[in-house]
Amino acid sequence: MSDIVKITKVRGTAVPIRGNDIDTDRIIPARYLKEATFARMGDYPFFDERFDASKKKKDHPFNDPEYKGASILFVNKNFGCGSSREHAPQALYRFGIQAIVGESFAAIFAGNCTMMGLPTVVVGAKEIAQLMKSVEDNPRTEYIVDLESKTISFGSQKMAIELPETYRTALTKGFWDSTALLRSNLNEVKKTAAKLPYMTGFTRS
Amino acid sequence: MAGRTLYDKIWQSHSVGVLPTGQTQLFIGLHLIHEITTAPAFDMLRENGMDVPFRERTFATVDHIVPTDIRKRPFLDSEAEELIQALERNVEQFGVEFFGIDSMNQGIVHVIGPQLGLTQPGMTLACGDSHTSTHGAFGTLAFGIGTSQVRDVLATQTLAMDKLNVRRININGELGAGVYPKDVILYIIRRLGVSGGKGFAYEYGGPVIDRMNMEERMTVCNMSIEGGALVGYVNPDQTTFDYLKGRPHVPKGDGFDRAVEYWRSVASDADANYDEVVSYDGKEIEPTVTWGINPGQSVGISEKLPTPEESVDPEGVKKAYEHMGWKPGAPILGTPVNVAFIGSCTNGRLADLRAAAKIAKGRKVNANVRALVVPGSAEVKKLAEQEGLHEVFIEAGFQWREAGCSMCLAMNPDKLNGREISASSSNRNFIGRQGSPQGRTLLMSPAMVAAAALNGKVVDAREYE
Ligand code: SF4
Repeated sequence: MSDIVKITKVRGTAVPIRGNDIDTDRIIPARYLKEATFARMGDYPFFDERFDASKKKKDHPFNDPEYKGASILFVNKNFGCGSSREHAPQALYRFGIQAIVGESFAAIFAGNCTMMGLPTVVVGAKEIAQLMKSVEDNPRTEYIVDLESKTISFGSQKMAIELPETYRTALTKGFWDSTALLRSNLNEVKKTAAKLPYMTGFTRS
Repeated sequence: MAGRTLYDKIWQSHSVGVLPTGQTQLFIGLHLIHEITTAPAFDMLRENGMDVPFRERTFATVDHIVPTDIRKRPFLDSEAEELIQALERNVEQFGVEFFGIDSMNQGIVHVIGPQLGLTQPGMTLACGDSHTSTHGAFGTLAFGIGTSQVRDVLATQTLAMDKLNVRRININGELGAGVYPKDVILYIIRRLGVSGGKGFAYEYGGPVIDRMNMEERMTVCNMSIEGGALVGYVNPDQTTFDYLKGRPHVPKGDGFDRAVEYWRSVASDADANYDEVVSYDGKEIEPTVTWGINPGQSVGISEKLPTPEESVDPEGVKKAYEHMGWKPGAPILGTPVNVAFIGSCTNGRLADLRAAAKIAKGRKVNANVRALVVPGSAEVKKLAEQEGLHEVFIEAGFQWREAGCSMCLAMNPDKLNGREISASSSNRNFIGRQGSPQGRTLLMSPAMVAAAALNGKVVDAREYE
């Protein structure tokens, strides 16, 4: 909320999580929501898919040393559906993810991500298949998600990405942490409130 | 000029202005908070030295982590105790009204808002919980939000929002006997898909919705988010006004008449322009049960489980079979059940408990089933006990609990064990949702859960009507 941070580019290696409709209960099981801060969320993303009951590692891209250090996540359709828990994007972000590229995102999830400065960008089904294959073939591939030119590039390839223009502006102009911006209009807010009949207890018609 | 929808009207009257991002700054009339999604938001206020300028528009309760058997403080679960203490400190410091564990107004946040008359037509409402769409039953624009947005509402009473399109969903004709609002919304989600509502507000209407009472409309609006729609609502009408009259936060006397006048004015105009309209015939809807791992994977009680090839998402269906362990083509009837859960913000209200009690009355829960009834609020519990519903349940072998979210998300001690299969009146059948990573959930109406509890398997509850 202090300094304006503009997010224009995310550069790094990637990790794929395949499947549609991956809900936020799967991204972060509810029992971790008992913690009063987000500080440790980075330890828990996909916990029940990564570890069995005795905490032994299972096969999962987030456990795979090949993808260690990845900062870009590739996903399929309707990623982040279900619960509004911000713990889900916090868990991914604190694990090291700085951009998510997918076929589509659930509304609350995408909003939460944007407000944390974590871009969620959309590509077509064919493109995501190609991106997932490229990283599975070579996990050391470097990708650049560029919000200004609205592209993702790797090697000699370049593809168009989509995101709502309002989200893009928020990220690239540094307005994604919205509290200060909203609070600067408090006088206007009070005027709007005063015109709403229920805010004055319906004292006049 | 074509008429306007309720969505357009409320959006316009609550717009503070356009932000440099292009988003609208929207005033939020009512803010409801609970213990899970708020602690970091209050921390951020403290770090930045911010106050809560409209503190009288925020109300707090505890629901998600509270035990529903032994309520003694400190809670046995020390993490739960810490979280509730954090909320107690925060509401105290920032001056927010709080319905704590011993309050007669305690309950699931989406049950108590309407019950207290806090939720009203023509209002915007936000809560750090995705089922906030429930309040749309009153003709309220109600948004489920994340923790950073909770911070924004606390610090500014506004949100930065993008406008949605409106899809009108008509349910025509009438419902058959023994078909409930839960079946209607499961049917809608099955038809439109779990992400079909992306970018839309859902306006529910048509004769079936018009005839529903407020509790029934809440069940439908509650699950809008399971269809991918951030907002779902029903236009306010006489049923709405009658429900609200006399509730603690609703104006009285002349004030009530003026309120009704405003409430009527926000309903969508008869010639309103919708971005999309879909219509279904109520007669087509059967008692519906989910068989998979998202609320769109459901079948009517007379149907068989789909094959992956019949589905638009074969991979998703395969993943669902992998987790659930059923065979494609098997009937849903007769699927075994080990746990029965009646409760949640979807179906934890008085009408829901009545529907379940009607079936349980004079019968016994199957010996292999652990069955729980968890009222949605302390008030629902009290009213149910006045009618003697608790005796019906206890005699039948159900556990009768205190109010809370309980096994809807299993953040309290109520959980599935191992591979248990639960018949549940809640709203999510996601993997691990009811507390066991291997557990399995079948969503259905409270009547269907009661019938499953008696039989130890999925049956058609209409046999008991
Ligand atoms: S009952 Fe379930 S869905 Fe409703 S608020 Fe509680 S946890 Fe969320």
